[in-house]
Amino acid sequence: MIPDNLFGIHTQALEVWQRRSEVLANNLANADTPDFKARDVDFAKVLAAAGGSTSGSALALQTRSPGQIGSGGQTANALAYRVPTQPSMDGNTVDEQVEQAAFAANGVHYQASLSFITAQIRMLRTAITGGQG
Amino acid sequence: MSLFSIFNIAGSGMAAQSLRLNTVASNLANADSVASTPEAAYRSREPLFSAVQKQVGLGNQSADQGVRVLGVAESQAAIPSRYEPGNPLANGDGYVYSSNVNPVDELVNMISASRSYQNNVEVMNSTRQMLQKTLDLGK
Repeated sequence: MIPDNLFGIHTQALEVWQRRSEVLANNLANADTPDFKARDVDFAKVLAAAGGSTSGSALALQTRSPGQIGSGGQTANALAYRVPTQPSMDGNTVDEQVEQAAFAANGVHYQASLSFITAQIRMLRTAITGGQG
Repeated sequence: MSLFSIFNIAGSGMAAQSLRLNTVASNLANADSVASTPEAAYRSREPLFSAVQKQVGLGNQSADQGVRVLGVAESQAAIPSRYEPGNPLANGDGYVYSSNVNPVDELVNMISASRSYQNNVEVMNSTRQMLQKTLDLGK
């Protein structure tokens, strides 16, 4: 039996990684903007907002009306300000090295989610073709 | 889709940093310019950066969408004067007014701008790879 949510948590995870890479890219673009405060996505908070818990229960989509697509990937509320390790005179809290490292790690997480989805697709294709394809 | 807006964000960062590099080049090129009056003397220029905020969603949540250049400010530092009667630009008392460019400041600015530019390029490259991987999904 194919479950309703074919790819499990990974489709929502992809959205979160995308949003996070956007936030991190924005931090890097504003590395020299005075009074800019670096932000990041709190992944645990987003996961909780998506209706799940880290214990692996099913992800319930919260919708206003039946048939509406859930807000699993909405991360605007989960943005948190980064605590600066080296505060600077102009009020900017972007640490380029930290952001660059977070961005690289985020890319790897994104590709990991993609790999899981690809594996699921392969598995289904094997099931459909009976290993002939 | 979020990944596409990263190109805009990183692009705005690159544009801002290249403008900063542009002002550095202008300042360094004019470091030794002289003028007859303090008003006409070259003043060191520096761009003002500001984060772009865009309204998203239903509530009053705002998302940052890159950086923009508010304008280019001229330094208010004192204009140094030199006694050079032989200079064709000297005023009646034999003084010329040189620029208030500090070459050390400019070189520091140059390195900072170039590193920040590289960071944005790196972000764009990584995003391109992520999008490419997404397009190859299921192959």
